Amino acid sequence: MMKTVYRAAWCALFLLASHGASAQLVIEITRGQEDAVPIAIVPFGWESTGAAPFDVAEVVAADLQRSGRFAPLDRKDMIDRPTRGDQIRFQDWRYLKSDFIAVGRLTPEGSDRFAAEFELYNVLTGQRLTGQRLAATGSSMRALAHRISDIIFEQLTGIRGAFSTRIAFITVDGTPPQQRYRLIVADADGENQQVIANSSEPLMSPAWSPDGQSLAYVSFENKASAIYIQTLRTGERSRVSARAGINGAPAWSPDGSTLALTLSRKDGDVDVYTLKLSSQTLTRMSFDPGIDTEPTWSADGRKLYYMSDRAGGPQIYEVNVDQPNRATRVTFEGGYNARPRLSPDGKQLAVVHLDRGNFRIATVDLASKAVQVLTEGRQDESPSFAPNGATLIYATQDRGRGVLATVTTDGRVQQKLATSTGDVREPAWSPFPPESRSRQ
Amino acid sequence: MRVAQLLLIVMSGLVLAGCPKKPQTVPEGQTSEQAGTTDTEGSLDSDVSGSPLSAEQAAMEEARRAGTIVYFDYDRAEIKPEFVSVVAAHAKYLNGDAGRRVRLEGHSDERGSREYNIGLGERRAQAVRRALMLQGVTEAQITTVSYGEERPATQGSDESAYSKNRRVELVYGR
Repeated sequence: MMKTVYRAAWCALFLLASHGASAQLVIEITRGQEDAVPIAIVPFGWESTGAAPFDVAEVVAADLQRSGRFAPLDRKDMIDRPTRGDQIRFQDWRYLKSDFIAVGRLTPEGSDRFAAEFELYNVLTGQRLTGQRLAATGSSMRALAHRISDIIFEQLTGIRGAFSTRIAFITVDGTPPQQRYRLIVADADGENQQVIANSSEPLMSPAWSPDGQSLAYVSFENKASAIYIQTLRTGERSRVSARAGINGAPAWSPDGSTLALTLSRKDGDVDVYTLKLSSQTLTRMSFDPGIDTEPTWSADGRKLYYMSDRAGGPQIYEVNVDQPNRATRVTFEGGYNARPRLSPDGKQLAVVHLDRGNFRIATVDLASKAVQVLTEGRQDESPSFAPNGATLIYATQDRGRGVLATVTTDGRVQQKLATSTGDVREPAWSPFPPESRSRQ
Repeated sequence: MRVAQLLLIVMSGLVLAGCPKKPQTVPEGQTSEQAGTTDTEGSLDSDVSGSPLSAEQAAMEEARRAGTIVYFDYDRAEIKPEFVSVVAAHAKYLNGDAGRRVRLEGHSDERGSREYNIGLGERRAQAVRRALMLQGVTEAQITTVSYGEERPATQGSDESAYSKNRRVELVYGR
């Protein structure tokens, strides 16, 4: 059967791409790293007349601060504002106890086009660590600033920066039974929010395609669950599964050809399947009469991890997609381990773990099976790894409302992403954008 | 920009206006006893004043009084003894006419992961479906859907809210 572009009347559902349609996310660091590295991000010079079109340094400083690994120097403490390396008086910055300093300048390059040059120095040694020249249009200056953050972060930590990535999430406003559900995509810092789908019926389980161009998600817009794939840039949407019973928990294979998903079919047995998108070929991946759901793929696409309550409570199982009838149990610690997500290095699973009566985010080391509880909430859920593996984003509750939060995978830095109204849930961190790889 | 936004609002209004009416769910605070007033086409409401009841009307009246919601214990999908009569009343009503259709909407409370809760809601809807079928209701008369924790009957993070949200709603007329 051909994949059909679903164009029926979208009752109670309309798609739009608009900016600022919902409340802004405000980031608040709830637990910082004590040994965060002090760094000075000096306001960029503007080599033309009038006011600078964009404050690059402000975005870079906020990115680095948000990572929890850096403590940017407050602007009002800067006694000097060099814009190139030969203007830096290192003595002054040593006195201000900054270990590193970034300076830069913005120059106009024709109409609505700008170039940013920046340099990063070690304050103690005076050594130039890196420098680059990047160009952008007026409307993509934030993206340019995030790229600079990525370069500085990778230079100083050895970890690829994830500041140029995005997050998808669901928001819910109103009280039952009159609620409005939105699927939103925003930059990793919560800016540039776009509404991807908007419905009076539930929207669930957003999942990024490996190329970052599309989202798969569950919508109940036709009073039953169905899985849709939507291309973000064009808004084009296709319905890929609307079978009887559950159509849920979509997860893309690493090559983008196949979705793992959960179906209950007519008999109500909740199982994991794979669906090849080009041919609509369905292959059953679990055979237990219990609830088997929430699949996630290994990086090589040869294994699936999923949750099953076949042993009583929910636990994580692993299966080779070529031998789906031979599942092996992965988690043993605690009576509730669900919603697995594999870390980018393939070494650990993030799960929802019942910890003394509270649902929390934990990691399970696949080699040692050691469990590390990372969060302190009562109802933490939906963990999703940043593509660099350094941070997890998840959903938690704050004064009775659903909010998003992040925690570094070593558990040392926690942040809340607060909104002014409604519930925010089910965050999914995008893959790296193809163009953001830093060049040295 | 302004015009485009306005157009969008107008368009979305039109789209919404063209939609079928949302089924009424049980208002906050109601018990299952009071909940039998799901007011849609082909509803169970009947005027029974005066004349003696036919068997048909009696079944309708019984189903109406029994209520349209079956509640469940945490993480369980067994029909509790106090709801056996609720399911039986609806089985009787559905058996009265093979053309009658019921939609079973399974729900869970908010605890635990969302897709697992979709599974739990499905398991509950299937439990009611099986009980109806054991009492003679045909497969063709029943559809099921699980909303998991996505459409709570009431908001709140305490046992009183949870117990109202762990439910299967029997919805007629769609």
